[in-house]
Order: sequence, then C-alpha cells, then structure tokens
Amino acid sequence: MTMSSMQRVLTTLGHKEPDRVPFFLLLSMHGARELGLSIKDYFSKSEHVVEGQLRMLNKYRHDCLYPFFYTPLEVEAFGGEVLFYEDGPPNSGTPIIKKKSDILSLTVPAVTETACLVKVFETIHALKEKVGDETPIIGVVVSPFSLPVMQMGLSAYIELLYEDPGLFNKLMAVNQQFCVAWANAQLQAGATAICYFNPMASPTMIAREMYLKTGFQVDTQTLSQIQGPTAFHLASGNALPILGDLAAMGTAAVGVSCLEDISALKEGCRNKLTIIGNLNGVEMRRWTPSQAEKNVRDLIAAAADGGGFILSDNHGEIPWQVGEETLQAISNAVHKWGNYSQE
Amino acid sequence: MIHSNSELVTAFSAKLLNMDRLGAEEIINNSQKNNTPLQIVEGLVVPALEEIGKGWEEGTVALAQVYMGSRICEELVDLFLPPSSSERSSQPRMAIVLLDDYHALGKMIVYATLRASGYELQDYGRLTAKELVQRVCDDSIEVVLISTLMLRSALQVKDVKTWLLAAGSQTKIIVGGAPFRFDPQLWKEVGADEMGATAGEAVTAVENSMGVVA
Repeated sequence: MTMSSMQRVLTTLGHKEPDRVPFFLLLSMHGARELGLSIKDYFSKSEHVVEGQLRMLNKYRHDCLYPFFYTPLEVEAFGGEVLFYEDGPPNSGTPIIKKKSDILSLTVPAVTETACLVKVFETIHALKEKVGDETPIIGVVVSPFSLPVMQMGLSAYIELLYEDPGLFNKLMAVNQQFCVAWANAQLQAGATAICYFNPMASPTMIAREMYLKTGFQVDTQTLSQIQGPTAFHLASGNALPILGDLAAMGTAAVGVSCLEDISALKEGCRNKLTIIGNLNGVEMRRWTPSQAEKNVRDLIAAAADGGGFILSDNHGEIPWQVGEETLQAISNAVHKWGNYSQE
Repeated sequence: MIHSNSELVTAFSAKLLNMDRLGAEEIINNSQKNNTPLQIVEGLVVPALEEIGKGWEEGTVALAQVYMGSRICEELVDLFLPPSSSERSSQPRMAIVLLDDYHALGKMIVYATLRASGYELQDYGRLTAKELVQRVCDDSIEVVLISTLMLRSALQVKDVKTWLLAAGSQTKIIVGGAPFRFDPQLWKEVGADEMGATAGEAVTAVENSMGVVA
C-alpha cells in the first residue's frame, strides 16, 4: 500500500520501515527560481513562498513542505539587518549586540505582532489549508544557544560564553522565551514539527564538556516547552560524540554531517533518533545525474534499514547553485532505490 | 633548547585548549630563559597551534578552542616579539581578506595564527572581489589569503583569479573555509594556488608559497 508522506515520515520516526525511504529536499531559495523572482522579492510575500513550496513538492515528489524563509529572519525580528544576494541565502548584517552590555536592554519580540514572523505564520497556515495531514510541514527555529552567532557575531559570542556566564545566562533567558513562543506559534499555525537548528551544540563548534555546562541545559529546557515534535539539526556540524545527549533531550531526529561516517551514525542513532541527512550539499552542485543516483543509492544502503532515516542534505538548506536536473535525479533515485519492499 | 620537546608542546597545547592564559604565559616565560623569541615561536607556539588544528580536523578539538587558543598565542607572542620587531617575517608581502562574506571567525583565526607564527600581514577586513583585486595590485601583495563561509563567496575566488591575471598580477591565492572543506575539488576549480583546511595548513601554505614567490 502506498503511504502518504505523513504516514511515511511518522513510520520512520517510529523506527519502522515505511513503503519507501522518505526524503526531504530542504529547498528555500529555489522557490524564487520557480516563480522567476529575485530571492528578496520571493521572500517579501507569503503567497510567493506558498506557491514556490507547492510547485517544488509537485515537481520533486518529496515528503515535506519547508516554509523556512532565511536564517537571519529571527535577528530581523529583534530589529537586525538582513542582507539579500542574488545567488545565495540572506546574511545578517551588523550585529544588534555591539557591546556586551547591550544584552541588558534586549527585549523579546512579540512573535504574533512582528511582521517578518507573521509572514511565516501566514505561509504555514496557507500550506496547511492545501495539504491538510497528507504532508508534513516543517517549521524552523534557531536554538537560543545558536542565535547569538547572528546577534553579536561568533567571535564575540565565544568570548561571552567562556568569559561572562552572567551575561550569557541573561541572553539565554531572552532567547529562550523568544524561541519557545516562535516555535509554538508555528505549530499553532499548522506546522507538523519544528526543525531546531543548533550548530553551536556540535563538537565541531564547542567542546562537549562546555556544551553540557551551557547549551545543553538551555536546549533541554527549551525543547521541553515546545509543544510538538522536534528535530535537532547541527547544520553540517559533527554529531557522533553527542548523540546520547541529544536523545536524552527528547528530540526525535538529528540532522547530521556528511563528514561523519554514516554507518557509525546509524548505529549510534538506532532506535533512539531518526537520522536526517546526509548528502553533501556543497558538492551537489557538480553532481551529474548518475553521480546523484549513486550517492543516493549508497546512502540508502548504509542508513535506511529498520527505518529511523529521512534522506536529506547535510546542512538543512540546499545551495542556490544546485540545479533542477540534480534535484530531479535525487528524487528519481529515491523513488527507484528507496522502496523497502525491494530489499 | 626548546626544539623537539614534545612534552612541552603538549603541555602548552593543553593550556590553550583549557583557555588557561596564565598557564600558557608561564610556560613561555620559562622558555625565554634558554631560547630566543623565534625559537619559542618555531619550537613551541607553531607546533602547539598545529597540534590544535589537527585536533579540529580530526574532530577532537572544537572551533571555539581553536579560536581562543590562537588569540591567546597572538597576544603572548606580541609581548616578546612585538609587531615592530626585526625578527618578524614580513616576507612575502601578504594580506588576508573575508571575501564578500559576513562570517569572520575563520579569517580571525588564520590571522592570529600567522601573527603568532611570527609573520606580519595586512588585514583587509571584508571586501568584494573587485575591491580585493584593486587593493592587492595597489599594495603589490605577493600572497593573498581568502576566507569564505558561503558557497557564493567561495565561487567568487574565480573572479579574483581572472581579474588578477588580467591585471598582470602573479599574486598567489590561498583559500580556506567551509566550502573548501566540504568540496575538496573546489579550490582548484576556482583557480586558487593552495587550500588550507586549518589555520596550521594555511601557515604551511604560506611557507610553500615563499619558495614560489622568492
């Protein structure tokens, strides 16, 4: 029996094998290409993103809708600047926290009254109207522990983390209040689950011992207040040393890096966490259709058995430079090689 | 002499990884009794930073530790080998830049590591490809280190290379940053001369380029 995307994803999250391997093409900017708009214009209206997401769902026959706009959206909500490009994801501009004492005057934006966030709620609501419970709608938040990378810059944040625990805790309190409200409002609008981006939690970024003393506490508290399922995404960062910590937090899935061994990840996650990953998004722009097919087939062979696996890229956003032919080849390969009953 | 004292290097690395600035300073102060500043840089600081960089590459050291360690080393080396010291190497003429990108940490780490390794270089901050080519030509830069995080920025190295050649410049390009780590063929595709996956590799790439530009 052919499953709906929702059934397929829920089955694999339950660590059972669905009809075929579910796959998420985490496409954000590509919707602009579909509509013939600049990236900036595309994200200026929720209607554009709704149309872009639905067209890509139909074209690539994958298993989710991804109403993610751009990473600096949350900094925009705090009053920060967003810089748009013609050929890549928007960046956050000048940090809103220019000196450490600015943290003391930081206030939590009212999520339902902040224009840039309201666009996302409208997008999710409209998508939910279209697909109902057939297709998962993945909302996105940045962890309170990673948001300061954009709020104050990574170097200043690392120094804060190591040198000023008092101000660090104050910043976490503000960010946590925002993150919980922002995630729950997306769920309220119709999101099925929340992808919780947290590259700073990765041992690539900070030592596990330091994470356990700082971000782990923040993430545990934050995730416990989000009123829906979550996936913890490390945005290309390594995961192996903290898989047990992530499972202990109660998150359902983890987004993993292509620089780690997928077999070791599979063993570390088995029956505890669903793997989301881990096609190399940077290399993907150069793949031929046959390379795409081989990479998908190899990944399925290594990670799909027993469920607990959603095929995706390793970063949580496929680069603008990846073309339609490659995306179509990935989709075709999953539909060709991802059928569990073939095995 | 400090040379080949691997125990001391490991002890110094451990101080850096634990952000123990005072402990690191104490090791350097003790070493100054029997070593010249350059011997300390070459026999202690550079090997320790290489060890840390290797640890990051292997996944046993975190980027935050690499950053804090390189900052501590830069500050400590400045104390006994000040920027104006004749013992510092200002050859080749070098500059480092963040190419049309807002993710500055990698550049800061490489800059600090090169300075802690006894080099002097210009920090161009953040520039577009056109601005960079102009500055490199105006300053007769022999080696330019380009840091990027965004793929779109990494791809612009190709423009830098094309425009430098068109201007008659033989400047060597060393690139680094996430796109080049995730796609090991990318540095060649964009026309770079070398790639440094870590700050230590960037130092090695600079050393390699010295033979070429000399």
